Amino acid sequence: MATAQTRMAARFMMAPSVIALLIWMIVPLSMTIWFSFQWYTAFRAPEFTGFDNYAYFFANPNIWTVFLNTLILVGGVLAITLVGGTLLALLLDQPIFGQGLVRLLVIAPFFVMPTVSALVWKNMLMHPVNGLFAWIAKVLGFSPVDWFAQVPLFSVIIIVAWQWLPFATLILLTALQSLDEEQREAAGMDGAGPIALFFYIILPHMSRALTVVMLIQTIFLLSVFAEIFVTTNGGPGVATTNLPFLIYLQAQFQYDFGLASAGGIVAVILANIVAIFLLRVVGKNLEA
Amino acid sequence: MGSITLEHVNKSFGGVEVIPDISLEIADGEFIVFVGPSGCGKSTLLRLIAGLEDVTSGRILIDGEDVSRAAPAQRKLSMVFQSYALYPHMSVRGNIAFPLKMEKAPREKIDQAVNNAAAILNLTDYLDRKPRQLSGGQRQRVAIGRAIVRQPKAFLFDEPLSNLDAALRVAMRLEISELHNKLKTTMVYVTHDQVEAMTMADKIVVLNAGRVEQFGSPLELYQRPANTFVAGFIGSPRMNFIDGAEAARHGAHTIGVRPEHLVVTPEGGDWSGVVKVSEHLGSDTFLHVDVDGIGALTARAPGDVPFRHGETVGLSPMNGRLYRFDAQGLAL
Repeated sequence: MATAQTRMAARFMMAPSVIALLIWMIVPLSMTIWFSFQWYTAFRAPEFTGFDNYAYFFANPNIWTVFLNTLILVGGVLAITLVGGTLLALLLDQPIFGQGLVRLLVIAPFFVMPTVSALVWKNMLMHPVNGLFAWIAKVLGFSPVDWFAQVPLFSVIIIVAWQWLPFATLILLTALQSLDEEQREAAGMDGAGPIALFFYIILPHMSRALTVVMLIQTIFLLSVFAEIFVTTNGGPGVATTNLPFLIYLQAQFQYDFGLASAGGIVAVILANIVAIFLLRVVGKNLEA
Repeated sequence: MGSITLEHVNKSFGGVEVIPDISLEIADGEFIVFVGPSGCGKSTLLRLIAGLEDVTSGRILIDGEDVSRAAPAQRKLSMVFQSYALYPHMSVRGNIAFPLKMEKAPREKIDQAVNNAAAILNLTDYLDRKPRQLSGGQRQRVAIGRAIVRQPKAFLFDEPLSNLDAALRVAMRLEISELHNKLKTTMVYVTHDQVEAMTMADKIVVLNAGRVEQFGSPLELYQRPANTFVAGFIGSPRMNFIDGAEAARHGAHTIGVRPEHLVVTPEGGDWSGVVKVSEHLGSDTFLHVDVDGIGALTARAPGDVPFRHGETVGLSPMNGRLYRFDAQGLAL
């Protein structure tokens, strides 16, 4: 848009949606901030208490375990989906029989609701008595693993990673397919074998897509809730409690909306810190 | 050393035969140009030599060694692609060094080779830039630099100048010719532009529909075209072809005469016609003349001839510059 006239018109016409979006975001956020400074439970009228809620929130003896759980969950799922997604994308890029069907099947987990997939994993795969994994272990002569009791956080990571793998695969496959065929041929003529081709040509080409996948997934993985709620309920102890789940516990069982709001604001701040950190580390990949 | 021999090379894609049967001898140090209209199989032939496509049948030998089934890297050839195929995330230095890095050459040798190539190609000031920060001609030179560092047996060029503007194309043409004089390595060059072919080649292979129409030096092709296809393809503007009674008078099915071999006179001459368009280029004037009973002929006259649209002129072919072809289009 070149002239002052068209710029004005554009702004004027975009204004309604921009304002609607702003209200949509600002009202809940400012209400949460407001509640976080109130002594506000289900049984009494709200009353201003300053930073007391934050002090209580951080006074929780489990708070650092919860922070750590949150970061391990995000990091673990990211590691599995980025590595697995890259390998799957390389596989799906090969001309294979029934390519369309295979691609559809790979994408399918993304369409399954988190609660449903968590239930399937809990009752049909990881169940220590009836589960498929337990049956395989017994057939092979091992004693079955009680997944949610012995390696609870790892189990949750696997379930969440299974759900996000299709997303990563899809984006990375698209990136892979946009690689210029002549560049592969040139690298081949220059003497690059398959492994050198991957590390010198394919991986740098996919770096931007990897960055995008990483940023988008981080935002969603910081707020994983349904999988934990359905499988472990945050336990055993607080072994699988992450920040959103802790906030839920406080709002649900202690009826302390002020404290939960303070937790929510802490979660927002944590998400921003992680996002800024990631943008610093990998953000240069996004510059054209 | 870098002699390349093709023995009865055949290539089919699915059921479509792109190259029926080509045999060719390319001697060490020669500059060979494959030229032909688009879709004639010239790029496919180059990719067969490079090893980017497999031959369906027949053999390819480099220095007498059968490489028909060898991987591209094992053939020790370098290729410059039409799109340059530079690695966008590597600097110019990284791009040029890449083939040596893949050979696991020692660091000092790589640095020396890269600096050497950069000096030859005037890229020394750009070694730390990324390809996207370079102009088209510079990218072209980086691609050539990447090709020369590993001292290949032969260079393969796939229409390397088609993405450049006209002035740059002429300059790069000269640079590639100079490079060939300097390195004396075999070069195989694919183009659809017969001017590039004529100016650069030691020998030209004229291809049409996957067949070699003629193989010879530029002047040979110009002076003794084997058939009407070669006669029409080599030379600009293209040769005039005349069929029918006029050709029969010369004892041929078709006769051809190049525009530069027609003498234009105000009157008289063998054929007389009306000037339709006269194109003044300064150095030359191209006259498009409509001759009764023959059709449109193009004649090349000196730059200062006064003929204009609608005037009548006489045209006569120069002595011994008339080409005669039989019904199959072969030269008589």
